[in-house]
Amino acid sequence: MITKEYTITSAHGLHARPATALIRLVKNFTSVISIKKDDKVVRLNSMLNLLSLAIKGGDSISILIEGDDETHAALAVNEFFEEQLQKL
Amino acid sequence: MKGIGVSPGISIGKACVIKSNQAILTGILLKDADEISAGIKHFDDAVIAAINEIELTRQNKNLQLNEEDISILETQVEFLSDPQLRDDIIEKITAAKLNVNDAVITTIADMVQIFSAMEDEYLRARAPDIKDIGARILNHLDSPRPGFAQQFEPGTIIIAEDILPSAMITMDIANVTGFVTRAGSKTSHTAIIARSKGIPAVVGCGNDLDMINNNDLVVLDGTAGLVFVNPKQPVINEYKAKKDAYLTQANLLKQLKDIPAATADGTAITLLANISGAADMEAVFGNGGEGVGLFRTELLFMDRDSFPAEDEQFEYYKKVALLSKGKPVIVRTIDIGGDKQLPYFGLPAEQNPFLGYRAIRICLDRTDLFIIQLKAILRASMFGNLKIMFPMVSNISEVREAKTILVRAKDELLHDNIPFNPNVQVGIMIEVPSAAITADILAKEVDFFSIGTNDLCQYTLAADRMNEKITHLYDPYNPAVLRLIKYVIEQAHQHHIHVGLCGEMAADPTATLLLMGMGLTTFSMSANAIPAIKNIIINNDVSAARGICAKAMAMDNSQTIIEFLKGITAQ
Repeated sequence: MITKEYTITSAHGLHARPATALIRLVKNFTSVISIKKDDKVVRLNSMLNLLSLAIKGGDSISILIEGDDETHAALAVNEFFEEQLQKL
Repeated sequence: MKGIGVSPGISIGKACVIKSNQAILTGILLKDADEISAGIKHFDDAVIAAINEIELTRQNKNLQLNEEDISILETQVEFLSDPQLRDDIIEKITAAKLNVNDAVITTIADMVQIFSAMEDEYLRARAPDIKDIGARILNHLDSPRPGFAQQFEPGTIIIAEDILPSAMITMDIANVTGFVTRAGSKTSHTAIIARSKGIPAVVGCGNDLDMINNNDLVVLDGTAGLVFVNPKQPVINEYKAKKDAYLTQANLLKQLKDIPAATADGTAITLLANISGAADMEAVFGNGGEGVGLFRTELLFMDRDSFPAEDEQFEYYKKVALLSKGKPVIVRTIDIGGDKQLPYFGLPAEQNPFLGYRAIRICLDRTDLFIIQLKAILRASMFGNLKIMFPMVSNISEVREAKTILVRAKDELLHDNIPFNPNVQVGIMIEVPSAAITADILAKEVDFFSIGTNDLCQYTLAADRMNEKITHLYDPYNPAVLRLIKYVIEQAHQHHIHVGLCGEMAADPTATLLLMGMGLTTFSMSANAIPAIKNIIINNDVSAARGICAKAMAMDNSQTIIEFLKGITAQ
């Protein structure tokens, strides 16, 4: 299991466009990937669940990854939060 | 009537009122396991058909979809294939034995309610997305009907409850010149798509909408959020003129927005915007601004009963920082007193308020309040390239004192382990004549200057800018004011610090070449003035501007100077 914390640096947080991109990214892996905000955890296979966390710019979240391809998944998710998110 | 203007521009046209048809619950329950598994299969097939329909829309070249449209369609595909949505609906079919039509309607209604109740305005605006998903699935449960294929006459203004994203995307909008809706917000789809297509729109009109009938003449101001139904001729004429002015400005902007502000002979000029809060940030970049040259913080302190606490201030500055795309944002510490009063901060009436207890003078006296603002700005500096600027400085001790308090603010944050950017740049407004005349001295203490021409002008000429009897004296083209500005720019260059100008003069097309000739390369103004100033910059040379400056500075009165400059700008 890999866990990493991120601070959301995009002004609008995880709104529809970045949320769509994140859900699509996660689909490429077999690992179970979840997102945690405060004490709520949801699996990253549901847009509705992800949006219901209402993640805003400046919020801190954790990503939890468990499965065979967790190392690759962690790299991809890392790139998403550190680089791509600000451009979406 | 008044609504929320979400897509700017003026439109004058004929109303077309669209009523939406609502799905109805049947109340029929499923009888056995066969009907349940048939219901689930029916649902899954409808979802696949709905996804295919979106795919067809995406590939339809006749629709000329833009990036915004495609992003909305992609999000809809994710909603349709959402496992949570499927789980909820299957649960209703298997456990509550609802037929698939009713299961979809109730599940969608629940989700719409959850989203509508969210605190975040943007997420609330996603409720129509979910409604739309429901409509798409229901549509495919029956034998599929054609979509929103109504044709409109040229000059149609659409009047509707709210417009579902799918309708908005596939609608034949070539002839649509405006949208007016009952519901909606700045981030609703009607708003986003109308903006992306440049069609004026007013949303959130509420029950006033019932006043509009088919074929009414409607005048729509998408900038101010106003709608006039069958107005009188003078109103129509007024808005025709406004429409022309808007289109001229919009055209200019379109041509210039992504062109860098550089002179014809290649000198880069930085055009920044003056703002009062996060709400102004969209206009900054929308008009081609490259950052914020003046973030007035007074708005945060007004219309309330007490001073905002550090956390509230931090959130306010952070919001701007997050929206600044890494571009510089100059935050001016609070500039109250003078004409700006706070009811909860009982400042006594003064004989000469502009020469009295105001701005940095208050801050250095009430360091308890000042340090809270500095700490809040420092904390927000983690989220963007913020710089701190002190207003109304009149001597070097004030700068040194303010910097000492800034060091204290940093020490307190360090002590509490709160992160901030330790290298935040510090600058001052040059708006008092004594500061302008001693620019060479002050330059050694700070990272940048920003010239505030409004106060500099009234202090230099001893002319109250609020007094109507002496407006002829309040004159920024007076050689005395121009000499001070030129001196400040020269001293900043000599001491290798940055200098900008953020008063009204920055937005005055008559002054642009003169200021460029003085060596100014940073102008900060209200965002909507940027395109016109940029237009002057890219069509002129710095070398020519220097010549213009030399000539103007040799003239002995402002009338001659203004005539000379206007003559050049008109060419």
